[in-house]
Amino acid sequence: MKSPIRLERRLEQPKWLNWAIPLISLVAALILGAIVLLATGKNPWDVYFRIFERGFAGTRALSGSLKTATPLAFTGLCAAVAFRMGLINIGGEGQLYMGAVGAAGVGIALDGQPTGVVVVAMCLAGMLCGALYAAIVGVLRAKFNTNEIITSLMLNYIASIFLSYLIYNSTSYWRDPVSKNFPAGKPIADRAEWNFFEFAGIKIPLAFFIAIIAAVAVSVLYKRTRFGFEVGVIADSPKAARYAGIRTSSTIILVLALSGALAGLGGAADVGNFRQLLDGKGLQMSGYGYTGIVVAALARLNPITTVVVAVLIGGLTNAGFALQGPDFPSGLVGTLQGLILFTAVAGEILIKYRIKANRRVTTAVAA
Amino acid sequence: MNSNILIIIIASAIFYGTPLFFAALGGIFTERSGVLNLGVEGTMLLGGVSGAWASQHVGGSAWFTVLMSIVIGMIAGGITSALLAFLCVTLKTNQTVAGLAITIFAGAVGLSSYFANIWGVAENPVPRQIRRLDVFGLADTPIVGPIIFNQTILTYVSWVLAVLSTVYLFRTRIGLQLRAVGESPQTADAMGISVVKYRYVHTILGGALAGIGGVFYSLAIVPTWVDGMTKGAGWIAIALVIFGFWRPSLTLLGAYLFGALQSLGSTLKARGVNISGDILDALPFVMTIVVLVLVSSRFAHRKLGAPAALGVPYEREER
Repeated sequence: MKSPIRLERRLEQPKWLNWAIPLISLVAALILGAIVLLATGKNPWDVYFRIFERGFAGTRALSGSLKTATPLAFTGLCAAVAFRMGLINIGGEGQLYMGAVGAAGVGIALDGQPTGVVVVAMCLAGMLCGALYAAIVGVLRAKFNTNEIITSLMLNYIASIFLSYLIYNSTSYWRDPVSKNFPAGKPIADRAEWNFFEFAGIKIPLAFFIAIIAAVAVSVLYKRTRFGFEVGVIADSPKAARYAGIRTSSTIILVLALSGALAGLGGAADVGNFRQLLDGKGLQMSGYGYTGIVVAALARLNPITTVVVAVLIGGLTNAGFALQGPDFPSGLVGTLQGLILFTAVAGEILIKYRIKANRRVTTAVAA
Repeated sequence: MNSNILIIIIASAIFYGTPLFFAALGGIFTERSGVLNLGVEGTMLLGGVSGAWASQHVGGSAWFTVLMSIVIGMIAGGITSALLAFLCVTLKTNQTVAGLAITIFAGAVGLSSYFANIWGVAENPVPRQIRRLDVFGLADTPIVGPIIFNQTILTYVSWVLAVLSTVYLFRTRIGLQLRAVGESPQTADAMGISVVKYRYVHTILGGALAGIGGVFYSLAIVPTWVDGMTKGAGWIAIALVIFGFWRPSLTLLGAYLFGALQSLGSTLKARGVNISGDILDALPFVMTIVVLVLVSSRFAHRKLGAPAALGVPYEREER
């Protein structure tokens, strides 16, 4: 039996597809989600309306969504930076935890210092911890050719256990000694809290601006520098890169470290801008790292678009978790995120191919 | 500490290793056909929640209910993987991202949790479970009793499957053709083998086996439904395929090694050994990295490497 459709390679890729594909993907994912909802006896219109209302309608909703969007912008950049070189770093989750651990440690230690100093120190500590943690993956990949997908994922589980150890199963520096019965992280110094800026009633976290700066920096790095050019060559053809004398191993390690640093910065933002302490359960339940992959894929690995998409997915995620209850079952958020990733990856083929209907050739006539 | 504790560790290594082996065996079939399934974790969870639902709702004798739970878990896993096959084989998408999409879609905060909620699976216990058997009444025999004669039915099935799948892959014509599809789809295609059909069938088969692994979690190990209960077992299974060099027999040994690591915590704690639970919890994940590094050496790859076309969508040259 012949399949009813056939794919034909596009000779040139029209520009308008670059923004049309993510939009089409998003709409397609919502339609598929509606089918899941209908099949399980829920009213999709009602569900989507409430997500929109809670995530995007009004200044309060938007302020809340930006809180979720900010870490997602960082983990999205983390995924995009590595994926662009063909390195599948799915360890953004663990790298973000490690960044949060580093930033919280600095935030607690620098009690009494001026805010500016603490904010910068927390950012640097978060980036450093995230970068070092991701560098493990990079070194193993560069030196031993170990599959980075699995190692980066295993490190997520290890980081999660480490986080539980720090807050729940030990009397570590990060744990609030006052919390005996309900273990919690130790709050960072009051003056270490990061600012919010208000525009037209919407509270925009400082870290969101840092995310925009990071996105621009990554964009410039990849488009305008020698390093970015080399990354592009390695992504297209590792063999050609070797012949051209590009040091593939050190580039692998550097790209993963950069990727981890971005996720770590997200962890620092979570501690400094939002929770003011190392919140083990809170981080583990948010799953920013995994959602970041969805963000990066939908943004087609473009750093600037990643920040925009982070706001969209952030709103959806924020609303989904906020609405959770009897008639809004948990699990819906992940289901929708997964569907978006399906349609995003399927959307890629629309860039490469044209879909054509296979005409049936009746052999009798042909003969 | 005496020889007793060693026997308990071996017996529980086999128990905990069983779902790992089912999922990894599924991975072998899928990857041998040239498709990389990174959605094993999500596939296992959907199998697990469907199996738990069946255990709560299918009537009849206990054996029938358990059998139906396994079958329904397989169907759920098969459907999940059919989705992956559609993306990877028909639409020729990036297999890595497609697999991740399956895991996010079906995973701990995805569809498996959604189903558990709307079906009320988590609120109730799983009444009919996969229990350890007392084969030939020999379970109390010293040493071999707990290790060999006191396992679940699925463990015995897995031993039979290990043998059958080795024969299938290396001693039958279809197995040879399957390997050809994974090594060089162009050649296979030229020989008149349908690459698409082989990839679909073995990806779906792989998902069904991962589904059994999930059912083992919800009906035997825990045994009740908890969101995200496989806790990374699907990912360890993917790594096991690599440790086992795409061979069922070696993978079975690897599964028991990791089964031992997973069960070590509860075994030692029950024995009153004082050791940090966190370190034991992290052990399987650390070991996965260590062993992966060991097997990714160049020598091992040349001798026993991955199917050459693994992860590469097959495109027939257009005429």
